[in-house]
Amino acid sequence: MNTFKIGGVHPNSNKLTAGKKIEVLDLPAQAVFPLSQHIGAPAVPCVQKGDSVLVGTRIAEPGGFMSASIHSSVSGKVAKIDSIVDASGLRKPAIFIDVEGDEWDPSIDRSEKLVLQSTMSREEIVERIKNCGIVGMGGACFPTHVKLCPPKEFTIDTLIINAVECEPYLTADHRLLLEYPDQIVIGIKVILKVLGIDRAVIGIEENKPDAIELMRSKISMVSGIEVMPLKMKYPQGGEKQLIEAVTGRQVPPPPALPASVGCVVQNVGTVFAIYEAVMKNKPLIDRIVTVTGKEVTNPCNLKVRMGTPVSQLIEYAGGMPADTGKLISGGPMMGRPLLDDTAPVVKGTSGVLMLPRSEAARREERNCIRCAKCVQACPMGLEPYLLATASERSEWAVAEENWIMSCIECGCCQSTCPSRRPLLDWVRLAKNRVGGIIRARNAKN
Amino acid sequence: MTFILTAILVLGVTGLVLGLVLYAVSRKFKVEEDPRVAQITRLLPSANCGGCGFPGCAAFAEACVKSDSMEGLKCAAAGKKVMQQIAEIAGHSIDQGVEKVAVVKCNGSCANRPKTGVYDGAKSCAAAALMNGGDTGCFYGCLGCGDCVKACRFDAIHMDPETGLPVVDFDKCTACGACAKACPRHVIELRNKNKMDRRVYVSCVNKDKGPVAKKACAMACIGCGKCVKACQFEAITLENNLAYIDFDKCRLCRKCVDECPQHCIVAVNFPQKEPTDNQ
Repeated sequence: MNTFKIGGVHPNSNKLTAGKKIEVLDLPAQAVFPLSQHIGAPAVPCVQKGDSVLVGTRIAEPGGFMSASIHSSVSGKVAKIDSIVDASGLRKPAIFIDVEGDEWDPSIDRSEKLVLQSTMSREEIVERIKNCGIVGMGGACFPTHVKLCPPKEFTIDTLIINAVECEPYLTADHRLLLEYPDQIVIGIKVILKVLGIDRAVIGIEENKPDAIELMRSKISMVSGIEVMPLKMKYPQGGEKQLIEAVTGRQVPPPPALPASVGCVVQNVGTVFAIYEAVMKNKPLIDRIVTVTGKEVTNPCNLKVRMGTPVSQLIEYAGGMPADTGKLISGGPMMGRPLLDDTAPVVKGTSGVLMLPRSEAARREERNCIRCAKCVQACPMGLEPYLLATASERSEWAVAEENWIMSCIECGCCQSTCPSRRPLLDWVRLAKNRVGGIIRARNAKN
Repeated sequence: MTFILTAILVLGVTGLVLGLVLYAVSRKFKVEEDPRVAQITRLLPSANCGGCGFPGCAAFAEACVKSDSMEGLKCAAAGKKVMQQIAEIAGHSIDQGVEKVAVVKCNGSCANRPKTGVYDGAKSCAAAALMNGGDTGCFYGCLGCGDCVKACRFDAIHMDPETGLPVVDFDKCTACGACAKACPRHVIELRNKNKMDRRVYVSCVNKDKGPVAKKACAMACIGCGKCVKACQFEAITLENNLAYIDFDKCRLCRKCVDECPQHCIVAVNFPQKEPTDNQ
């Protein structure tokens, strides 16, 4: 069975909600839409205070090429345009909408019926995906229309569908595969048409045998699409790791793109969103969120409208356990801690995890003992101890020479460190600084 | 016997020849160094803090000698007297300007600014600022991880364990600006030293609207503008819900200090005020 070659760790998978059907969460009383939910320039609001909106009304336009639209997921009135503390822990501008009823934009097809074919051309499909504000649903939130238009000098031959879900606890993608397999297959066909190729591989980790079997049966009549079971290893869901696991090709260090080895990777969540956008004209207004934690009474998978406060999800799952030490947006490896539960669900929220205090607290940091476990664990072949030390001493040139920009921030190094050093914190800091230095240098030239 | 004599002769001649070669080479490739550079280097504090903008004290000394005037060249750490001497050695005139000192503009002590979370990541303000908004409701104030303390080469800034805020030792501070540069929140500012070390400044950098700022910190500037009205010298401006006192215009009258409802305008090194009757 395939997997990527170097590094990686095996955290406890803790998929408590794998067998839980997707449930639909009620509408919130007020929905909040932060303007930067994606990589790139923040969106620009195109509604004003007091405007009435329907479900699916565009409320913010892309702020540049690398940006995405934002649509209202509720009907009601725009209460204000203010700021809110989102999952990044920083105060960001956002649009607040008071919910009144549930009226949908009439152009959206709300029926359950499968739409198999579309007469749209490639350009029209990309335009539709752009207009519907679709971004990568795996967590990075890269605008999808940008990803579907790789630079002309590269020949793309393989589309890889990321259904790995290597992050512990999360089961949103798994449930999507089990409950909407037909939609996903149609979505894949749409993307293949856009890219003008005929080979797609769905990468699924072996811990989801039911999904592997179901997808295999669904694609048995379709040529060109293949399901590839992958050996369990974190961070297999990383774009570069998945490309290596599926095709054996290695993406060169940044600024090279996956397109340079002929691959385009899309998350299953994104594929489903593309199906809804292209076939049903439905913008990205809801997503599947796993609400979980070892001591949560009713861990579940929820279909949630964007902008719903996290507190409502927690309430549905039976409230926050008394002994919760950390509330995380996303999974335990790559998720971001939330300061409080008022943060809204955004396009990149794949899960809400409540960790008990004993698991959440970091233990006291000790000196590096040069065991090189972090080097062994790094899936990018970097030397995290060296990068962290360089960062600690503000030696940005050393960090850059040692390929810090290749780091995918998976956290393998930090999770294996026997001295509990906050390696990833330092590396993130250095990555931020070196990135700034590189951008300044490029702007000068 | 002849054996020893031969050895002495051979080594002696070789030594003589090599010595002559070395002499010739050293004459030919002699580097003329300005003796003033060495003189100035000796005067400088040798902390290599980089506050002057040069890679070290020696590089600064060389720049002093090479440049046509002392403009833009200043070693804050050396102090006025030494700068005068340096200018004399370099043969330039010097306009010393006002002496400055680093000031921490945050009142967010543990008592004033309640914690809303726990930050247990890398002990660095820069990392904390990047990761999230810190462990309090204020997204602008001091993070308390001590990046400024680490940056100071003169042992002039320390964390107060009681308040969790850095405290500047004004006698040691040389206004090199390393701490101000290191602070990711721009809480530290270089302000005029003034007579008797007296200073009046707004000790807050919170740009949030009044109620939000007040909720985060009991001594936050809420941008009410009372101080702006109270100031007779137009030294105070209000921008983004935050008051700022221009230290060049401020005459240290302290009217704003009494006016501020949040007590976030701080006056230091003034004698205690006599309590008035109505207070």
